[in-house]
Amino acid sequence: MPTKNMKHRDQRIDDALDTSGVRHRATLKQEWPLLALLIFVWAALWQDFSPANLIFGVIVALIIVTLFPLPPVVLSGRINIWFCFELFIWFIGQVFAASFQVAGLAIFRGKKTRSGVIAVELRTDSDLIVTAVGHALTLIPGSFVIDVDRRSSTLYLHYINIESQTDMERAREAVRDIERRVIMAIGSHDEFEAIKHECGPILGRVGGKK
Amino acid sequence: MDMFLDVLVAVLLITGCLMSLIAGIGLLTFPDMLTRMHAATKPQVLGFLLIFTAVAIHLRSWSVVPLLFLAWGMQLLTAPVSAHMIGRAGYRTKHAVKGSLYDDELRQVVDTVTKKQAVETPEVPAEQSKDSTS
Amino acid sequence: MMNIVMWVCGVMLGLATVACLIRVAKGPSILDRVLALDVMLIIISVALCLEMVYNRHSDYLLFVVVACTLGFIGSVTVSRYVSDQRNA
Repeated sequence: MPTKNMKHRDQRIDDALDTSGVRHRATLKQEWPLLALLIFVWAALWQDFSPANLIFGVIVALIIVTLFPLPPVVLSGRINIWFCFELFIWFIGQVFAASFQVAGLAIFRGKKTRSGVIAVELRTDSDLIVTAVGHALTLIPGSFVIDVDRRSSTLYLHYINIESQTDMERAREAVRDIERRVIMAIGSHDEFEAIKHECGPILGRVGGKK
Repeated sequence: MDMFLDVLVAVLLITGCLMSLIAGIGLLTFPDMLTRMHAATKPQVLGFLLIFTAVAIHLRSWSVVPLLFLAWGMQLLTAPVSAHMIGRAGYRTKHAVKGSLYDDELRQVVDTVTKKQAVETPEVPAEQSKDSTS
Repeated sequence: MMNIVMWVCGVMLGLATVACLIRVAKGPSILDRVLALDVMLIIISVALCLEMVYNRHSDYLLFVVVACTLGFIGSVTVSRYVSDQRNA
């Protein structure tokens, strides 16, 4: 695909071929979301959000991050709070609807349920967004990720209730819709522009016709 | 107001437990492992959300909300990972019966990789596993 | 009213547990059994929440968090073990 960023692609192939075992340390600037999360976990477990406890949480979080380093997560540098909120609400709605759909299948269809494995190539190139899309898909009942091809950002999904070719296309559309929403929430500027261009002026409406 | 909240708690609790029951029924009735995964892990996300909301409302305290949110967030973060690991292991090791699949777009890829592994250097499987666990 | 709700919930959880146990006994592969035990762990957490609602306390919240984490570690461990068997 010509639209994909070749620099990222090369970086990824380097990562995959790198067998030296040396990891790049993340800087504090890249790691602050992880630190904030750890501090929140600490304070929530103590059920105590007083300043003293928070400061001790900072110390514990720093020790953990130093002792158990993780490879850096590259953020895109753009976040749209409104679309994040919309994504969250939409996600809860999807979980509601699909839970009852799976329930109906379990009770009324049972042994005759058919399913399928589909491959969807995502538009994005960033690991974070692929992971986020995979997470959202797995949490929404009816689909889960079996395998990921990191180089081409292809997700292999197991979809429930697939009985015809149209069902497969419908599932593919749904995946790309989720990807659109995630990119609108946390994608980089380039990807956001590409999505805007693709979906036209009805941005934010359900569907995103092409 | 109290009456209303109590009824709300009751409804939330019953729906939440219903989700667990559905998971159980799904485990029994679905035909193969990959399909059962849908029943096993997913209704729980909603079930926990409902049950935790019920607990928070019933205790009428804000101090438990962060911890409940943490428990739910933990569930959100970990459930997909374990589902992916189990599903992948099942798919690759032929533990899963694939008779109920309508179509399978991954089979070809896996077959090519397995053939490559048999012929080529041992670097291929290492690279492949690194690719797929991300 | 709370008593009735508790009875209904308890019966549903009990039925779900029985279904899981049947799957554990029958399950053709180890992964089926892990899946069923995972669901049972979640049922236990839900039961803990029910108990907290019934007796109006919040002592078991930490156990619920721990149970979520345990289920994750357990299923990941077993699936690693199963995938390694393929190479052996």
